Amino acid sequence: MSRRISYLIVLTICVGCLLSMRTPLPAASEQFRGKIFSTGEMPPVDSRTELKPGDKAPDFTLPSISGESVSLSRFLGTKNVVISFVPAAWTPVCSDQWPGYNVVKSMFDERDTVMLGITVDNIPTLYAWTEEMGGVWFPVLSDFWPHGAVARKYGVLRSDGTTERALFVVDKQGMIRYIDVHNINERPKLEVLMQELDSLK
Amino acid sequence: MRNRTVVLLILSFMISCFTLYAGAARASGLPPAEGDTFPEILLPSPQKWSEREYLGLDHVGPFKISQVKADTLIIEIFSMYCPYCQKEAPVVNELHQMILSRPDLRNKIKMIGIGAGNSQFEVNAFRNLYGIAFPLFPDPEFSLHKALGDVRTPYFIVVNLKGSGSHKVIYSRVGSFGDPRQFLESISRKSGPRKGA
Repeated sequence: MSRRISYLIVLTICVGCLLSMRTPLPAASEQFRGKIFSTGEMPPVDSRTELKPGDKAPDFTLPSISGESVSLSRFLGTKNVVISFVPAAWTPVCSDQWPGYNVVKSMFDERDTVMLGITVDNIPTLYAWTEEMGGVWFPVLSDFWPHGAVARKYGVLRSDGTTERALFVVDKQGMIRYIDVHNINERPKLEVLMQELDSLK
Repeated sequence: MRNRTVVLLILSFMISCFTLYAGAARASGLPPAEGDTFPEILLPSPQKWSEREYLGLDHVGPFKISQVKADTLIIEIFSMYCPYCQKEAPVVNELHQMILSRPDLRNKIKMIGIGAGNSQFEVNAFRNLYGIAFPLFPDPEFSLHKALGDVRTPYFIVVNLKGSGSHKVIYSRVGSFGDPRQFLESISRKSGPRKGA
């Protein structure tokens, strides 16, 4: 009996050690204090996309927070497109990802590229969230209804109804050139995205 | 009996392990408070010669804040991705320019920034975007950020570097420091009389 208790204690301490070694979440901006729902650490990826570089990017039309609908095909022949799926509004990491893209518009301009930000949230939620960021220069699109239809088309809809943290680079011919279905708990590095855009020149 | 000894040994090892991690978590769980000694963190090598010169470093490579030649060091923990940091950048620049314009302060008070979770590329983007003239350091793996208490950004820490002993924190707060002139007066008061003054 006492041996069993000893083993149980050892097991408990092991679990405690493992839990204390978990990956820290990125720094949060004071801007969002008290406004972000803590999701905790999530499974890094929870979907599997069939798309690969070289495939034609599935076209879509989604409503944006500005009131107009935006189609991917609108940019055919004129601009490269970065499609940035983020899991959900008012969550950690997401709230610190788009504000970064927001201040480096010139980097996208220099690479003849536009960004389309997509989440499965509804328009009012996205509007309030991006207003808290101080507004963003790129179209913010709602894949709310039918829920996650575009995310599903791109193979990045998670089982809980949110999306992966994913980047798709689509060239002016409408071909997918780069896919990064990122660990949902981490922010993709800006330089990697810019290197991919540089390779389109 | 032998089994019991083995179990006890494993238990002791695990408890030590847990204590170490718990200690680390406690150390990284709170930022240094005013009056605390600033932790001995190692900062990456400045990229430019001019930054080494500004900080008074006589070597190339990582450095401790105790090696900075100044009476007072202002540390901003920021992120390129943080909208508050973006808004605050012009105010922080104003503070830096104010210090540089004061012959009595320019060699006494120095400033650095630590980009929490930011790569060198992202730190450079932030620097270029806002024309930041003081040294900024990347912290891509959040190791410095964690050592300084996993703070929200922007976070400002001011350390009194005078004397050869421990370096006391004289300001440690999240968010804007307010009016740069008043902030400068306040930290000047808190850091006491200057060397050679």
